[in-house]
Amino acid sequence: MSEIHRLSALDLQGLLQSGEVSATEVTQAFMDRIAAVEPVLNAFVHINEGALAEAQKIDSARAQGENLPATAGLPLGVKDVLCTVGMPTTAGSRILEGWHPPYDATVVKKYRDAGMVALGKTNMDEFAMGSSTEHSAYGPTTNPWDTERVPGGSGGGSAAAVGAFEAPIALGSDTGGSIRQPAALTGTVGMKPTYGGVSRYGVIALASSLDQVGPVARSVADAALLHDVIAGHDPHDSTSIPDAWPSMLEAALRQGAEPDLRGVRLGRVTQLDTEGFQPGVRSRFAELLELASAHGAEIIDVDCPHFDYAVAAYYLILPAEASSNLAKYDSVRFGMRTTPANGQVTVEDVMAATREAGFGDEVKRRIILGTYALSAGYYDAYYGSAQQVRTLIQGDFQRAFEQVDALITPSAPTTAFKLGEQLDNPLTMYANDLTTIPANLAGVPGLSLPIGLAPEDGLPVGAQLMAPAFQDQRLYSVGAALEALMIQRDGSTLSALVPEPGQPRAGVVQ
Amino acid sequence: MNTLVDLDVALEHFDPVIGLEVHVELSTATKMFSPAPNPAASLEDFAPNTAISPVCLGLPGSLPVVNAEAVRSSIALGLALGCEIRPTSRFARKNYFYPDLAKNYQISQFDEPIAHDGVVEVELDDQSVWSVEIERAHMEEDAGKLTHVGGDTGRIQGAEYSLVDYNRAGVPLVEIVTRPIAGAGEKAPQLARAYVQTIKDIVISLGVSQARMERGNLRCDANVSLMPKGASEWGTRTETKNVNSFRSIERAVIYEIRRQATLLMAGTPIVQETRHWHEDTGQTSPGRPKSDADDYRYFPEPDLLPVSPDPDWVEEIRQSLPETPSVRRRRLREAWQLAETDFRALINADLLDVVEETINQGTTAASAKKWWLGELSRIANDREVLATSLLSPAQVVELDSHISQGTINDKMAREVLLAMVDGEGTAAEIIDARGLAVVSDDGALRAAIDEALKAQPDVLEKIREGKVQAAGAIIGQVMKALGGQADAQRVRELILEQATQA
Repeated sequence: MSEIHRLSALDLQGLLQSGEVSATEVTQAFMDRIAAVEPVLNAFVHINEGALAEAQKIDSARAQGENLPATAGLPLGVKDVLCTVGMPTTAGSRILEGWHPPYDATVVKKYRDAGMVALGKTNMDEFAMGSSTEHSAYGPTTNPWDTERVPGGSGGGSAAAVGAFEAPIALGSDTGGSIRQPAALTGTVGMKPTYGGVSRYGVIALASSLDQVGPVARSVADAALLHDVIAGHDPHDSTSIPDAWPSMLEAALRQGAEPDLRGVRLGRVTQLDTEGFQPGVRSRFAELLELASAHGAEIIDVDCPHFDYAVAAYYLILPAEASSNLAKYDSVRFGMRTTPANGQVTVEDVMAATREAGFGDEVKRRIILGTYALSAGYYDAYYGSAQQVRTLIQGDFQRAFEQVDALITPSAPTTAFKLGEQLDNPLTMYANDLTTIPANLAGVPGLSLPIGLAPEDGLPVGAQLMAPAFQDQRLYSVGAALEALMIQRDGSTLSALVPEPGQPRAGVVQ
Repeated sequence: MNTLVDLDVALEHFDPVIGLEVHVELSTATKMFSPAPNPAASLEDFAPNTAISPVCLGLPGSLPVVNAEAVRSSIALGLALGCEIRPTSRFARKNYFYPDLAKNYQISQFDEPIAHDGVVEVELDDQSVWSVEIERAHMEEDAGKLTHVGGDTGRIQGAEYSLVDYNRAGVPLVEIVTRPIAGAGEKAPQLARAYVQTIKDIVISLGVSQARMERGNLRCDANVSLMPKGASEWGTRTETKNVNSFRSIERAVIYEIRRQATLLMAGTPIVQETRHWHEDTGQTSPGRPKSDADDYRYFPEPDLLPVSPDPDWVEEIRQSLPETPSVRRRRLREAWQLAETDFRALINADLLDVVEETINQGTTAASAKKWWLGELSRIANDREVLATSLLSPAQVVELDSHISQGTINDKMAREVLLAMVDGEGTAAEIIDARGLAVVSDDGALRAAIDEALKAQPDVLEKIREGKVQAAGAIIGQVMKALGGQADAQRVRELILEQATQA
């Protein structure tokens, strides 16, 4: 069998259940891999020192014949935006350095109850604001395909860790593309559930009406496996959906075996496949559509005119909500406290000094922007208008889904850019989320899967599928079908081609 | 302050306009948005920071969940204030930084309050009734409590450091806002007080709050402005906080009228600000400057769904509302026909309920009042307990029935009452055990009268001459001789009879 760390979550699950491999062995294998690759990658901000002990507990429970959940012993990476008792939770920020939450996020409880073992907390752009993980206070994470390039963001740590075999699966969060865009840039699978599908309790909030937690993996089925563990109603989250979800794994496995796209109508969003996109991204995307069409899918061009305003609306709504959500970081109850060196020390002085020292530039930028957008006299022009545009975008989706079963777009306009390349121009950085933002604004689910390497640079390209709200399983079935067809066409999955981090990749593919 | 103009001078020149904001802490078991226990539900004291949860502390990742019981209480209160209940209302974030506000925003309601456009009837001391218009009543959460340490006054000025207790953070509040009340003139201060008392009564009758001002369950901010007589534009208002008793409300409003009049008459404009009431000095002092443009950057709370109460549920709540206290008081006043001072005294002593119950069980209003306001209150005061803890209405009724049947007289009844309070049994048992019974046997009475007359033979003569009051001495003797158990009325009748006969 391949090295343990290269196995899929599904395969690992099977081996763990059959006893061919122990949880301790599995965890150790990943710890070794992490130790080998981390110096070059920096995907983890914290390694779980208790991981082996947890794995050992699973092994003894299994040895004693206890009835364990199917996923017992499976390791995962956890984006540092999730509150985890026993491990610090920083949200990639200095202001929460060393903060130990007194409570677990609901999804953390779920994976614990599922017997899964957290390998550690993965790196992220500070407070999930970013598209490159360069805004982390703990240094950037590099892309396994080219360590001089970004892995995407804000969830670059989870994507890079999974891409480089440091973990079979990982949890991320997605507010405007923070799971899907890094998936595209690292050749992995990332999924944002329908808004409300996964609990936000214990997830450090960025934009309350946009945030969702989702799975990161190297295959559609693995993502589905993790999705099933975390989805479901949470009474602690008033925005969580009360209804039960069907099994995503079943949806994925059905199609993975016998991919069948007959009768599936895929909508190509005309606004999101334009000349502004990197040629290699567009050509791989076009090839995917041909592949789908050749296997029975009907490709229909769909017009979503208000998507052109999505980024603008997003960059008003998000900062507004974030400016309020981040007000709590004020030194008073938890986290960093900076006392000014000079003169009278009032609470306002300490709050201001702490936030000045503890927040990075991108966070400050968005807090200022958001505070302004909500100010008296500006609310209607900015936040109010943006919410109205949001309704128009929801209307575009509704009309589109009358014509098609799923929408399909590139997941990002370009392949991975170089570290430092876009730091000087925030607006350029914001444009990375062009294709992913609409799904967050409308609350519909979106899944990104790898579709090949761009010819001009040999870097991963991803395609994004979107479905109507509550139809998450459709993304897994269509995604699994496309994935299977690509394996047939290409001979392997993309993730198998990733170079050893720090090594040059296989050269430019013609 | 030394040179404030007198109130009557102020009122000669200005018409006061008042506005009242009352915050009611609901007594639900848990907090407004979190499962932590609600300290306002009981009279217990919690050690600092023990009635908290991640939500109350605003920890990263925490989320609010609406307390359904608090919504019910808010609807009930809105209905009792005569308000319309909004079919759908949203929560909003009110954003500002202060250490007692855990998230640095308060979840409140902004442009969609759950209740709006009501009216409350307030009875003043002279029994006139004033209709106070309610603009809105909305749901929100309370902030924590700050203790400033090291300064002289316990206030933040001069303090070395402050401590914050989040027990109160997240306690459910209903904020009730009146429309500006104009035209009350000299009655404005009293009206302010009476209004808050009325709110308290309503809240208590609904059972939705402990409503103790001294514990902060009921808080009042008084807005006061002065309009020069004959003008049509309202003056600049100030808001006075820290008014912790009914009496303080009245005093604070009077003070602000006088202070503002003094300034305006000297040509100094009023600063729109929040002021702090000082109970000890009877003055207000400036707090932070208040501007209506305090920008709270309100936006709809994205973590909560809109509140859309089922219309059937709202109707059910409406049906279950008790009669409003002021309506009830009017009805009882009519029915009982007591002297106004006595009725007031019953209200002030919180004896209205027990008197009503006593009357329902069979006494007259006058008797019920006599026993509860008289003997029982006296005993209660002596023993430093509540009158209602001494006897039940049923017991008072039983005692009273023996008087009306003539078994005992008033004086004896007092003795029996005391014995009942001390747990010696029912009135009948005590009368029996002590052999108390009014001597109404004419024979025994006549014998006693004759004895008494022997010592004062000229009484009958005096009575014949018209000095009827001379009988008193004989009655006194007879009462003494019979251990107080004579029916004094009958004795008097017999004496007079004798006088006219012979």
